Amino acid sequence: MKQPIISFKNVIKCYDDDVPVLKNVSFEIEEGKFYTLLGPSGCGKTTILRMIAGFSEPTEGDIYFEGRRINNVPANKRQVNTVFQDYALFPHMDVYDNIAFGLRVKKLPKNQIDQKVKEALKMVQLAGYEKRGINEMSGGQRQRVAIARAIVNEPKVLLLDEPLSALDHKLRLDMQYELRELQQRLGITFVFVTHDQEEALAMSDEIFVLNNGNIVQSGTPVDIYDEPINHYVADFIGESNILNGTMIKDCLVEFAGKRFECVDEGMRENEPVEVVLRPEDLDLTDEEHGKLKVKVDTILFRGVHYEIICYDDEGNEWMVHTTKKAVPGTTIGLYFDPEDIHVMRFNESEEDFDARLESYED
Amino acid sequence: MKKYNAFFAIPYFLWLVFFVLAPVILIVGYSFFDSNGNFTLQNYATYFASGKYLAMTFNSVLYAFLITLLTLVISYPTAYFLTKLKHRDLWLLLIILPTWINMLLKAYAFIGIFSLHGGINRFMTFFGLAPHQILFTDVGFMIVATYIQLPFMIMPIFTGLEELNPSLIKASRDLGANAFQTFAKVVFPLSLAGVKSGIQAVFIPSLSFFMLTRLIGGNRVITLGTAIEEHFLVTQDWGMGATIGVVLIVAMFIVMIITGEKKKGGRN
Repeated sequence: MKQPIISFKNVIKCYDDDVPVLKNVSFEIEEGKFYTLLGPSGCGKTTILRMIAGFSEPTEGDIYFEGRRINNVPANKRQVNTVFQDYALFPHMDVYDNIAFGLRVKKLPKNQIDQKVKEALKMVQLAGYEKRGINEMSGGQRQRVAIARAIVNEPKVLLLDEPLSALDHKLRLDMQYELRELQQRLGITFVFVTHDQEEALAMSDEIFVLNNGNIVQSGTPVDIYDEPINHYVADFIGESNILNGTMIKDCLVEFAGKRFECVDEGMRENEPVEVVLRPEDLDLTDEEHGKLKVKVDTILFRGVHYEIICYDDEGNEWMVHTTKKAVPGTTIGLYFDPEDIHVMRFNESEEDFDARLESYED
Repeated sequence: MKKYNAFFAIPYFLWLVFFVLAPVILIVGYSFFDSNGNFTLQNYATYFASGKYLAMTFNSVLYAFLITLLTLVISYPTAYFLTKLKHRDLWLLLIILPTWINMLLKAYAFIGIFSLHGGINRFMTFFGLAPHQILFTDVGFMIVATYIQLPFMIMPIFTGLEELNPSLIKASRDLGANAFQTFAKVVFPLSLAGVKSGIQAVFIPSLSFFMLTRLIGGNRVITLGTAIEEHFLVTQDWGMGATIGVVLIVAMFIVMIITGEKKKGGRN
């Protein structure tokens, strides 16, 4: 394996009040990939970003950049640039001067600066905006200037601190495509911080899901979505139906008062577990053909699909996403395949989880 | 809705008419009459022809400039470090506190401190130095004027620095600038608005100090303020006094224009 570009080794961060914001975090980031740190506010994701940027030092543990320890290297000496949440564009400079800032600090010759700034502007589709004042630009345009100002310095790693959170929905979706494309074109490592799971799923090569100062799960978007490690991840990423159940034996699980065939293995017999079923994996059928009998409670039109809330005989709530319509008050059947069931053990570490999955997959 | 807005503007409008517009018109009016009440341009002719008044004007501007410069040099670092302190509100209060005390009282306090048997000279004799004349000197006047003007310079600069978005400083560091470059390229330019309003708040009143010139400067420092006072209260030549007043008003406008806010944003 290639040497990781950034690695955190047992990093702990405490602020004044001694409650650690990061509790022993270790991870590695490879060159040229799009990483996302995903978690709710206060989970420590921004703290990690600040440490990579050099605005914060770990209380314990080490941070390495290309194998070199950088705990005490100040921000201006790191080959890392940041796109700030509020963009942090210099209001007393025009677009050109903002983007040229880093290059001028490095004392590059004028014609080189000129060429690089123009290239960066073209890259973010703002060619011709050089002389524009920052206050004359829209949120989306400022966002692009902030990105141009960072990438013009050709950093090895680009950090993005919730850069899309201030944009409206439509623009946010467009920017997701653009950021992804930009990252692939430039080939540099992106570390993107967000609390928005949709953003994370859409753009990332690799997601770190954080909670309470710990990395709970890391993996590709598909891995994390299809095989969440625990209740927290399943609930945070996407919509899900999570039920308590019992693992009768390998590939047989009991929940909602019935036994179902599944594809999960490696657990103790009769171990209490949690079961995840994604709303879009549930199909509506009639009572006889369904694996579960449920009563329709409410139905919401969501545009691309209906969101139907039903209750089974045991009182468990089931959310179904479907293009079919159902009538509230009627009893219907729910159908799902064995692969649609995902079983989670309580308190399983990521290591054990990965090892168990590997033992029976392929 | 519009009616309401106009209604609420009445007190301000009246204030403007009676206490801003009317006095200015009166001053300008008086400046065109001699002491016998005849219309004349003689006041302006005297003002610009006699070296006495021009020297006084030059003196005023020079002293105001020096006082402003001195306050600025002291205030900027003070304001800067104030933004880094933990108990900012307390420190700020200590800086504002002296402005609540009547200027006359402060002037008399300084007479006590500066006099031949005052605090400073006693302190100096304690170390074996001969007592010095501080009171009724230019230096004494400058020190007291600067002391009195300091809060009016510190406050706007402090406010300007505190309003500075901290992520701009981070952005500058992130882009490779060291602490000094960050200050020169980001912090200082963005605090200029505060510096400008500080200069306005200090320079303009400093042009027309008259009590201090008498009490601390011992009338050795003659500024336009002193001259106006003399004309109105002593020689009773209101026309000439008003003329100097007009010159001061014009000078203030010039300062306002020079230090005024320019449109930001790098438009071509």
